[in-house]
Amino acid sequence: MSDNDNGRRGFLATGATMAAGLGFVAIAPGIRLIEIAQARPAGEAASSAVRWGMLIDTTKCASGCDACVSACASENGIVEQVEDPAQRSHWIRKIDLKDKQSGREHSLPMMCQHCAEPPCVDVCPTGASMKRADGIVLVDRHICIGCRYCMMACPYKARSFVHEPLTEQNPEVPRGVGCVEACTLCVHRVDRGQLPACVEACPEGALLFGDLGDPNSEISRRIAQEATTQVRADLQLNPGVRYQGI
Amino acid sequence: MKRWAIPLVILTAWFAAAGTACAGDGLPKPNIVIENKDGQCVAPPEEMRRNHMEMLKHQRDLTLREGIRGSKVSLNGCIECHAGKKTGSVIGSDDSFCQTCHAYAAVKLDCWDCHQPKAGYKATGAKPHE
Amino acid sequence: MTTTFLSYRASTPRFWLIAAIGALVSAVGFGAALYMEHHGHVVTGMNNQVVWGIPHVFAIFLIIAASGVLNVASIGSVFGKAAYKKRAPLSGLLSIAMLAGGLFVLMLDLGRADRVMIAATYYNFTSVFAWNVFLYSGMFGIVAVYLWVLMEKRMYAFVKPVGIAAFVWRLILTTGTGSIFGFLVARQAYQSAVLAPMFIIMSFAWGLAVFMVVQRTMYDWNAMTLHPAVRRRMKHLLGVFVAAVFYFVLVYHLTNLYFAKETGFERFILVDGGIFPLLFWGGWFLLGTVLPLALIYLPALAFRGSVLTASLLVIFGAFCQLYVFIIGGEAYPMDIFPGMQASSSFFDGQVATYAPSLPEFLLGIGGLGVAFMITLIGIRVLKFLPEDDLTQLEAAAD
Repeated sequence: MSDNDNGRRGFLATGATMAAGLGFVAIAPGIRLIEIAQARPAGEAASSAVRWGMLIDTTKCASGCDACVSACASENGIVEQVEDPAQRSHWIRKIDLKDKQSGREHSLPMMCQHCAEPPCVDVCPTGASMKRADGIVLVDRHICIGCRYCMMACPYKARSFVHEPLTEQNPEVPRGVGCVEACTLCVHRVDRGQLPACVEACPEGALLFGDLGDPNSEISRRIAQEATTQVRADLQLNPGVRYQGI
Repeated sequence: MKRWAIPLVILTAWFAAAGTACAGDGLPKPNIVIENKDGQCVAPPEEMRRNHMEMLKHQRDLTLREGIRGSKVSLNGCIECHAGKKTGSVIGSDDSFCQTCHAYAAVKLDCWDCHQPKAGYKATGAKPHE
Repeated sequence: MTTTFLSYRASTPRFWLIAAIGALVSAVGFGAALYMEHHGHVVTGMNNQVVWGIPHVFAIFLIIAASGVLNVASIGSVFGKAAYKKRAPLSGLLSIAMLAGGLFVLMLDLGRADRVMIAATYYNFTSVFAWNVFLYSGMFGIVAVYLWVLMEKRMYAFVKPVGIAAFVWRLILTTGTGSIFGFLVARQAYQSAVLAPMFIIMSFAWGLAVFMVVQRTMYDWNAMTLHPAVRRRMKHLLGVFVAAVFYFVLVYHLTNLYFAKETGFERFILVDGGIFPLLFWGGWFLLGTVLPLALIYLPALAFRGSVLTASLLVIFGAFCQLYVFIIGGEAYPMDIFPGMQASSSFFDGQVATYAPSLPEFLLGIGGLGVAFMITLIGIRVLKFLPEDDLTQLEAAAD
């Protein structure tokens, strides 16, 4: 498709300008050119034609491996040492599952599912919990008052409350005390055409990132052809993260 | 009403005393030094002084809520030019760029609870909780 | 001035002592909130599993009881019962005081308590919380007007319509408070339509219990005794409300037990959840329901102060019930993968532990202090002692 080619060429150009403009000199190491991830030109808003999503193949996910969790932590600056483990932030975590009847065991990463109908957005009193046009669910910390109602409402336990003042933030990933936070789908990377850190880090390639709004994307094609699961499908939240092999 | 009189007198006296203390040279004037002056700011100083908060507020909503990137107004852009050499940051000492004025104007700085105030800061990349 | 402020004049030194204690408790609560604000919630026992803790138990008790305490006024103005009409101003004052106390705790517990202005200026109307911000502020306004028409003779003609407005408003308000939990689909303990009416009936019982404690205290200060007929009527009403709460709690748990997916949660709350079954059976059921009902309805158990004791027990039971409901409901692990056993570094599949720390506890108590102080100041500067007895007392004093 010529459109696609243009898009790609456009990505290269704008990616380079943006990188230069933002002061990132090295374009090579972090940035991978993948057909599904395209940088938006500067000044352009996220489009509702796109819906970012993820397909996680749990059959490839090893129980002891937490490469995605570590990658998330270093990318997003989640490095604080909170004494009480129950007060630490978990943007992504590995869950080990065992079927109560059959005893079958497997493992999977769990994070914000970026629902199309997010309960956290519904319950937020100020509108700080929000869904971007391209389906990424975020917390607007500028107006988050730290009431934690969204944490009560989220069926995936995907959100964390920052219990301590922070100083080690990644400049591109602001986060701070008294606000609620969760996986951003690495929105700062996605916006410049990179993959989320967890997707890039998975040694087994178990995580596929892409545009659910584009029927020709790899993720859409696989979801159309293979059996996939929405976690807590009974709640009809239409999560952007799908699983295989649960 | 007699019973309100005493607290009223005390309050008035206190404010008067506070006023006298502030009127002189007791409070240090902001000391603005731009150490990394390598180019032009996004707007003339006069406009920045008056409107930087509106510019940042406008931009924050565009960037976060609509996903508009790469605009000329950017908080990280501010830091790159205005971080002081002493702390490497726009806050942290009385002559840090943001702090010096905000202390003088007694306006709370809310940005740096969440945003990284240091220039060129790289996250440590350490694994958490170990 | 000719107005008689009998409610405090009889014991001025004691009044100041009590006022000082109330002020101190409120100040300590505020100080605790500043401490939490400065250090972050790391100094509390709340965490990413139990996100609402002891402060919310206090706050929700105060807000629910604030709505219910107005029942006394409603029975007077809306339903025209004379004995209750005389008590309407005190009932209105307590309502405002407890609402303020509850919001004091709720607001100061926020992660960003400094952003109260944002809570007041940014609204998301799909949020039950946002509705409640309106319901709470509206409640202040309506009850203030209600107090005015009750206490200003020239406005008394409007007491019925305003009384009806307040009555309807607080039913909506408590429905809103119940719906904070009722609309939460994620957790087993909540997501139930029965919570809204249950919260309303809880408000009736708890509010009346608080009213009776305050009324009794005010009468004691003035060395007066409540007329036996009034006391009998009010205590029987309390009995009916306590029994009704029991009925709703029963229905709530029975419906849960009916669904196989909820039996694990019910087992946790009612049988093997440690502190939660203890508080449920020992605190709420035995001390907070059975014993007060016995004190109210069994003549053999009556003694001087038995109604006061029953009221205090109902309040104690309310705290136990809220602790089980709020913290027990959060502590039980969410069933994200039904039919599977989950484990993770983030405590999936595990019962969460929660140990309230001193600051959060002091913040909660501070809310009681604020409610107490507003009541105390109110009864000192205005005439809130039920009037039938005031004339009685004046006659005795002459």
